[in-house]
Amino acid sequence: MSIAEKFLSMEYGAAPEDPKEAVQWLERHQRRFEEFIGGAWVRPASGEYMTTSDPSTGETIAEVAKGNTDDVEAAVAAARKALPAWQALSGHERARYLYALARQVQKHSRRLAVLETMDNGKPIRESRDIDIPLVARHFYHHAGWAQLLEQEFPNYTACGVVGQVIPWNFPLLMFAWKVAPALAAGNTVVIKPAKYTPLTALAFAELAMEVGLPPGVLNVLTCDAKTGQALIEHPGIDKVAFTGSTEVGRIIRKATANSTKKLSLELGGKSPFVVFDDADLDSAVEGLVDAIWFNQGEVCCAGSRLLVQERVAETLYSKLRARMETLRVGAPLDKAVDIGAVVSPVQLDTIRKMVDAGVAEGAKCWQPSNPLPEKGCFYPPTLLTDVHPAATVVQEEIFGPVLVAMTFRTPAEAAELANNTVYGLAASIWSENINVALDLASKVKAGVVWVNCTNQFDAACGFGGYRESGYGREGGREGMLEYLTPKWLHALPAAAANAAKIEAPDEEEGFTRAGSPPGSNIDRTVKQYIGGKQARPDSGYSFPVHGRGGELLGEAPLGNRKDIRNAVEAARNAAGWAQTTAHYRAQVIYFLAENTIQRRDEIAHRLARAAGDKQATVEVDLSIERIFSYAAWADKYEGVVHHPPGRNITIAMPEPVGAIGILAPSGAPLLGLLSLVLPAMAMGNTVVAVPSEKYPLIIGDLYQLLDTSDVPGGVVNLVAGRPAELAKTLAEHDGIEAIWCFRSNEEATMVRAASIGNMKQVWTNDGHEYDWFNPSQAEGRWFLQHATQVKNIWAPYGE
Amino acid sequence: MALQPITSTNNAVHAVQHIPMAIPAVLNGRTLEANRSIPLNLDWVEGVRVNTSAVERRAATHVARRTVKKETQAAWLLRAIACMDLTTLSGDDSADRVRRLCAKARNPLQRHIVKGLGIEDLRLTVGAVCVYHAFVETAVKALEGSGIPVAAVSAGFPAGLSPLAERVEEIHRSVEAGAEEIDIVITRAHVFSGEWQALYDEVAAFKQAAGPAHLKVILGTGDLMTLRNVARASWVAMMAGADFIKTSTGKEAVNATLPVSLIMVRCIRDYAERTGMAVGFKPAGGIRTAKQALDWLALMKDELGRPWLEPSLFRFGASGMLGDIERQLEHHLTGRYSATYRHPIA
Repeated sequence: MSIAEKFLSMEYGAAPEDPKEAVQWLERHQRRFEEFIGGAWVRPASGEYMTTSDPSTGETIAEVAKGNTDDVEAAVAAARKALPAWQALSGHERARYLYALARQVQKHSRRLAVLETMDNGKPIRESRDIDIPLVARHFYHHAGWAQLLEQEFPNYTACGVVGQVIPWNFPLLMFAWKVAPALAAGNTVVIKPAKYTPLTALAFAELAMEVGLPPGVLNVLTCDAKTGQALIEHPGIDKVAFTGSTEVGRIIRKATANSTKKLSLELGGKSPFVVFDDADLDSAVEGLVDAIWFNQGEVCCAGSRLLVQERVAETLYSKLRARMETLRVGAPLDKAVDIGAVVSPVQLDTIRKMVDAGVAEGAKCWQPSNPLPEKGCFYPPTLLTDVHPAATVVQEEIFGPVLVAMTFRTPAEAAELANNTVYGLAASIWSENINVALDLASKVKAGVVWVNCTNQFDAACGFGGYRESGYGREGGREGMLEYLTPKWLHALPAAAANAAKIEAPDEEEGFTRAGSPPGSNIDRTVKQYIGGKQARPDSGYSFPVHGRGGELLGEAPLGNRKDIRNAVEAARNAAGWAQTTAHYRAQVIYFLAENTIQRRDEIAHRLARAAGDKQATVEVDLSIERIFSYAAWADKYEGVVHHPPGRNITIAMPEPVGAIGILAPSGAPLLGLLSLVLPAMAMGNTVVAVPSEKYPLIIGDLYQLLDTSDVPGGVVNLVAGRPAELAKTLAEHDGIEAIWCFRSNEEATMVRAASIGNMKQVWTNDGHEYDWFNPSQAEGRWFLQHATQVKNIWAPYGE
Repeated sequence: MALQPITSTNNAVHAVQHIPMAIPAVLNGRTLEANRSIPLNLDWVEGVRVNTSAVERRAATHVARRTVKKETQAAWLLRAIACMDLTTLSGDDSADRVRRLCAKARNPLQRHIVKGLGIEDLRLTVGAVCVYHAFVETAVKALEGSGIPVAAVSAGFPAGLSPLAERVEEIHRSVEAGAEEIDIVITRAHVFSGEWQALYDEVAAFKQAAGPAHLKVILGTGDLMTLRNVARASWVAMMAGADFIKTSTGKEAVNATLPVSLIMVRCIRDYAERTGMAVGFKPAGGIRTAKQALDWLALMKDELGRPWLEPSLFRFGASGMLGDIERQLEHHLTGRYSATYRHPIA
């Protein structure tokens, strides 16, 4: 076409990014890559290689080593070997390495961007302007955490050797999110990039060699998913971090259940994008472009579920369709392309099938008229309307450029629809009314909320999900804590192996009393405490509780799964506790302390029979102190305000996790139980707690105290019985958001494995016997941290 | 219309092809009419919703999403010339300076560049020449036979604070002197105080005074300060009959910016959808480089479509930009970077 003709047509021409430098780099490696183990390129033990290809053309880019379990052994050994010297470095020394890595990424930013685009198919604009700058930013930010580690995390130490598995959608960015905090905290790393997109991780490994990162500190294993699982299960791994699908997250949780490996999971999402009738609709449309047509929609936090207020729905849809017509789908290396290639033919097929299924279920499908490139994995931007919450395409993550749209009438309905999902990763809220926007921001169950923006990321702002979107945060202080562990924790003695035997038969076998005949205490009736009321156990059975000398102290209700069911329901119904003010919760807890002081001697007297005179008095007194502590904390464990680049504040707000199941330790019947119940309660959670089987009668004292202290019914529910049995029911219950099990290793393993139904957060004593009598270990931030999850609300401002 | 019938193509030996002069104003499949005054609808003014941060984000990323290279870039730069109101609005303007400007308007590119690009048959000129009233006659005379219209800034330009009767009279005089386009300024105070009826009446009066001349309404966006003010003023100006809405006088502290342009363009789009009428857009002031020209062209193309790349619906108000475009085009031909002094000044 001549210039004169172009002058008339005014079409965009081709604007290709020159891949020459990246190609030369590939050629320098003869387009074949080994694994990066112990600071050197190592041939795979299998001698086999797999290929990685450009999804926009289908052409093979390079061969990469196909690691097997021998390579896993070698990599973990290298990381283990490097650990002592890496940990022995000062924070400053580690900071210099991280800083050097940040600089090196910047210096070679374009090569990395081009490689990323070739390997993944994302538009060069995104890899150049978003992915790679965020990678550099992540290393800069974490160079800072390395520098400040000793000051800011004085009582913490690195986890050890970290095994990390990352996805293909943001290959180098996810690499940075994993590696930077791990190294900053003093861990050494074995990381497995995704099969489809290994190249930038390998390019980064080369940069690490260039800056002289000590051998073994960072190891990159290219392998398939099966070998990846071997990495995660390897006993030499102390911490596992994974980003990927919820399905694989479940497998990982289960596979690591019998270990004390620390686990952080960043999983799937079906994030709501809520548009109120007073929103700037044109800007909301651009928000949708950034939400679902960013990275071909292959974004875990993509705003894939549009909820628009009824009266502006048609206007928004028509604006959206017009905008979709101007989205340019094509060669990812073209600088003027908006949507590149889907990562692989498999993924393309998945997207097609899901959209077909959506249409089969009644959805109306709209796609713009622009032609797609003839070859390569391309899928057009797609809008599905006439869908309902029950539709597959509304419930399940598509991971492609497909938006589903529904309407709502009132803010309450918006919240209900937004939260009508098993996921809870992100949400985007559009309104010009700050009250409306922040109200929904507080109600939506999501780890990240973007007000009048979407898909904003920064190293200083934590990122991570609620519910089945996983747990743990990446970025900021929360993110660092995922790679650190309290120094005192590992010095603790091992927990007792097994629970005490409860002398009561299974329900099926009927009741035959064992042990001594009833003593003088039997007339005290202890029941379960559910929804603020004393309740007889569903089973109709009780079990005897013995003192230290074997004497019968009384009988405790024998709880079963139905008691747990009722208790969880009561706990969920008491969720209004989370909405009470911190000051109010503080007052209630202080009142609990006051009433405990009133009854100190009486409680100590009874407790003495189980714990001995000396311990009982100390335990009750310390309990009173602990109650005071958490009354104090109730209004003091607060969030922070981040200032990421740009005119924006990000409010990092600790929110209660929800309904928490607690399996109390057997060591200190009252103090151990309270040490777990109180932080949960203070932060606004509701609780279903199972007391130690050694002295479950303590709940009789406790619920009387709760009753007289204005603690609303359902906030604390107490169910006595066989802890292991009740723990399983709690761990499997989808209405429980977190489970804390401070008992034996066997019970912890069972609880972890059983938690995968709704991917509830699991916190255990990691096989240690906590010293509940030592306030520096048994109360405070370590507990509050587990009682909360951080929600980051991004609020841009400016007029 | 400055654009001459266009002929194809690379070589002069090709047969001369006549191409329709202007592309019809079509938006989302609907053919639009030229704008005319309609009654003031305050719901549209008050219903404006603008999220500044989001608009700024879109403006910033749009620039990064679009680029044109090589021949396409050359063609787009020619388009910028065709849509340019070549302007001089200085206190020290003289008749000679205006004549020099008009000569440049007729031949915006040096002959060797025209020949090198193979665009002799386009007979490319700028969209208009824009001057103060005092030089309208000079310019009309200098442009005689070229088909290039003269635009006069008017109505108390740049502050718009002289008595209304005088401002209306000024428009009459410029039209009588031969101006085919009138660029007027609004009373910014009407926007600050929300006196929409007063603003509407003022613009409607100017429109009536301009008669057949095209009315470009300068909002003085740098003075209006907020994007919501810009949007509200845009709506009132369009309902009062503006043919174009224009960002700035070039005399405010901040002139044409991409966020401001984006808001005005979105208003034009909504207005077209609600009324079926097309309004043009003119960013002015501070647009000096070829790169900026491309950014704005891409914005128009993506937000409103191809018809808004015609001089009938899009103009740049610029004085220095032509020189930079000429240098870029020379670079396109020679591969060497040119220097300013090598190109005739306007």
